[in-house]
Order: sequence, then structure tokens, then C-alpha cells
Amino acid sequence: MNATSYSLAELCIAQCAEVWRGEGEVLATGFGAIPRIGAGLAKLTFNSDLLMTDGEAYLLSEPVALGPRAARDAEIEGWMPYSRTFDLLWAGRRHALVGPVQVDRYGQMNISLIGDYRKPKAAILGVRGLAGNSISHANSMFVPNHSPRVFVEGEVDMVCSAGYNPARWPQGQIPADLRVGRVITDLAVLDFGGSAHAPRLLSVHPGVTVEQVCAATSFPLELAARTPETVAPTEEQLQLIRERLDPNGLRKTVFKGDPPGDRR
Amino acid sequence: MNKQLPLDEFVSQLRDGMTIGIGGWATRRKPMALIRAILRSPLRDLTVVSYGGPDVGLLAAAGKLRKLVFGFVSLDVLPLDMHFRNARQAGAFEVMELDEGMVQLGLRAAAMRVPFLPTPVGLGTDILKRNPDLKMVRSPYADSQELVAMPALKLDAALLHVTESDVRGNCVIMSPDPFFDDLMARAADAVYLSCERIVATNKICSHERARYQPFERSIVTAVIEAPFGAHPTAGVPGYGIDVEHLKAYNAATTPEAWADYRSRFVDIASHDEYVEAVGGRGKLASIPPPVY
Repeated sequence: MNATSYSLAELCIAQCAEVWRGEGEVLATGFGAIPRIGAGLAKLTFNSDLLMTDGEAYLLSEPVALGPRAARDAEIEGWMPYSRTFDLLWAGRRHALVGPVQVDRYGQMNISLIGDYRKPKAAILGVRGLAGNSISHANSMFVPNHSPRVFVEGEVDMVCSAGYNPARWPQGQIPADLRVGRVITDLAVLDFGGSAHAPRLLSVHPGVTVEQVCAATSFPLELAARTPETVAPTEEQLQLIRERLDPNGLRKTVFKGDPPGDRR
Repeated sequence: MNKQLPLDEFVSQLRDGMTIGIGGWATRRKPMALIRAILRSPLRDLTVVSYGGPDVGLLAAAGKLRKLVFGFVSLDVLPLDMHFRNARQAGAFEVMELDEGMVQLGLRAAAMRVPFLPTPVGLGTDILKRNPDLKMVRSPYADSQELVAMPALKLDAALLHVTESDVRGNCVIMSPDPFFDDLMARAADAVYLSCERIVATNKICSHERARYQPFERSIVTAVIEAPFGAHPTAGVPGYGIDVEHLKAYNAATTPEAWADYRSRFVDIASHDEYVEAVGGRGKLASIPPPVY
């Protein structure tokens, strides 16, 4: 049964979980609290085959709660040091949920820098593994601050992950297996499944208008005749989120004031 | 052969302008005692290859870098290292920014003594555009794929922190992830190990423990005993990440604050004094292993 009272964070968690539906026995990697709780929710509900790590070097049989916990009390089902992670991901058996600083209409992400490469206005993390991830396996995104500064005009300042810009590929041939997944934001859910991989609006969160989303996005979004509302989490999902996956309430710190998911 | 060296003596074996690989990953098992020894020395113009953490930040703050080859610099719990950030934003050193996996392949190519390894990693991104030195290669086989020719990242020296070693360089890494320390070592002409303890060979290796040995002693140049030598990064199983120290380090960005940090934690007489300055052995040993 879909709940009537839930937070924006919980709505986003349930939507994050959806990216792993039907993905099979892949490594689920979520960066940040909401993607991680989402991965755990997917594993506990509709995809028990997912592989998950403790964020360090071990594969865990069951997802663990975020934050302080009795260290190493979870059952370990294997070893996943970084070298093995690369071996696995280059073979494509992973779906990651990433938190980009900028995203463009081609699904290209930036977590490296703002401004110039030699002398950036803001140095952030670096390319990290986004280039290899994007060419190897599916990547979805979580963006907690849907705005024109994140969803930029043209291309992102440093293209860290490969995307659907034909100009960046030999003879304009985008690799057939390149998979940019969904984008879950504080306003809506997007993907790049429009015509010629155009960005598309899949749903708006309850109380958010299509106009609001378009105004907060610097590039045009393909719109359906009628945009559906994002589906509310179920009571079962809420219970797992609150009691099992995030009893310490780390999700409550993601959005200022922990607002409700239904903003009508 | 006894390869044991006192901490500050190892620096005299390095030269200005060298390319140095630093083991560990972000805030885990970084050879920080060795890095601080470099800060105390006149060594300069270094090219550094690292899965970066406060090692890169310290070298950047001290103006030791000519070039950085990297995929990221992060303090994990504190996502951004402010010393790296400020120096990078000032254009203080050259950069070769790569995907983490490309760094691995570059080290592997150097270890294999081949000029490059082909990979699709980097295609479609700005890595190629921003690093015009990177070349493409076409598969000579029927697929005739165009791939990135990731060049070998040859190192003059690798600096690594391991759990235990004997005086000949038989070592073990007992922490959960050995990272790419083995590739760093094989990519390098000289390998300098710091370790928590120097122990007898029969205390290091057994049939069970031999699998924790990342490489054989014949590629090890020198062994430096430095208990808590990874601090403020983690040296699991002995100690976790000293988050409080990292916060103080990361906040020391003004010239005055940096000078103060240096005088308290870098420009001091011995490694034992450093351990005392950051709280002593008992305190460090009680820092729990990190939970992610």
C-alpha cells in the first residue's frame, strides 16, 4: 500500500531503489546517504541478488544500517578490494548511483572542477572512476538540488563520464551498450530515453509542477502529453527505511528541514 | 642484506625532479611519516602519482609538487582536501587528471615494461582533450577498435606503508585492502617501505600469512620503522582515521595556521616526537577502524 505521509528523502530513496529493479546479480554502489539506503532497499525488496559492499573491502550478505553500528557485525560473503572492483566493473556487472556536481543534456557528468582545467575556479574531487564506470556499466544519478547550476547549458565544465554527445564519438557512433540511467532529484525523475537519447521528464514529485522542473533545468526536456506524479513509497518500504536501513536518521540531514515528500 | 634505514636518511636517496608513487588510498594506509620527512628536506619539483589524500595536500601546501598525476584527492569524511584545492586553484602545479582505472593501467604498463596498455576508459570524456599527451591506438585485430593507449607511469621511487616487514623487506599488509601498492612497487626503480614494526622473518610469514605479502623482498630498497606511520590516515588493524586531526590539518589554510601546523607536526626532531605531539601511542591505538 502506498503511504500518505513520507518525507522527500524517503520518496527519493524509494525512487533510487528503482534503478536496480531487474538489474540482476550486479554490484550496487550508491554514493551518499540516499543512494546507499536506496540500494539497500532494492536488495531487501525486489532484487535480493544484488552484491553490496561495506564501503571498504568486504561484500556483505545483507545491507547494513548507515552510521554508527557495531563494526563488522554483518555477515561477510566475500572480499571486494579496489583491484577486484575494477575487474568486476570493467566487465559491466555493476550499476552505480552517483552524485554529480553538473549534468548536461547528453547525460555527461562532472565531479572534477568548475572553470578552467589548469586553474579551476573550484577544484572538486577529480574524475575519480566516472570515465571507466560510464564506458563499462549503467550509471544513475541523485541530485538533491535540482537547479540550472547543476543541469547546465551546453556541456559540463569537465566531462568526467561518457554520454550521448555524438560529436564525442568516432563517426558520431555512440557505443550501443552505453547506459546512462535515471536521474532522481528533489523535484522529479528524469532519464535520457527520449528520441536520440534526449533528456526526458519521467515524473514530477507530488506538489511540483512540470513548469517548475523545466525552469530549473537549463536544457529542454522531452515531455509526455501528461506527466505522471512520482509514485509514493509503500508502507513496507518506509518501515524498512526507518527501522532497518537508517535507524540513525542520516536521510533527515540531506534536505534542509527534512521536508515532506508531498508538497501540496 | 639489512635494508633498514632511519626515517630522515631515506630522503637523501631521493633527487629533485623525481617521479614518486605514493601508496594507500585517500585516508587509508598513506606513508605519512615518509611524506613529512620529505617536507623537512630541501627536495623539490616532484612529480607525484597518487590515489590522493593528505599526502598530496601536505606536498602541495609545502610547494613540493611540480606535477600531479591523479584520479582524485579526497579526505573521505571531509570530501575536499583544502591544501590540494587551494594549490590546484592557484595553478601551482601541472596536472594529469585521469580516471582511477587509468592510473592503475599506467602503473601496470610500467610494471610490465610495456609502453602502454590499451583501454576504452577515457573515451567520450574530457580526459583526452585535457591531456593532449594521451594517444589513441587501433586494435590490429579484426575488431579494429580505437582505444586509448594509456602510457606507462614509470616511477623513480615508490613510497609505501605496510603493516610489518623484516630488515630484508619481506613485508605483509594486514589491512582489509592492499590497494595498488604492488603495482606502485613494480612500476618503480626504488621502493621505500615504512612499517608499523620491523620483526623477525619467522614472525612475518607463515603458510597462512604469506598470502598477505604484496611483493617479494628483491624489489624493496629500504625499510623504515615508523609505528603509526600512516597517521592521520588509517593503519588498520592498528588504528583508524584520526578525523579530528584531519579537521585541524584541513583548517590550517592561512599562512599563519599552516606555519603553526608545520611547526607542531612536521618540523620536529623525530617520529617518536610526532606520535607524542598527536596524542601518544595509547590515544592513537584507541582510534577505531573506520565505518563507511
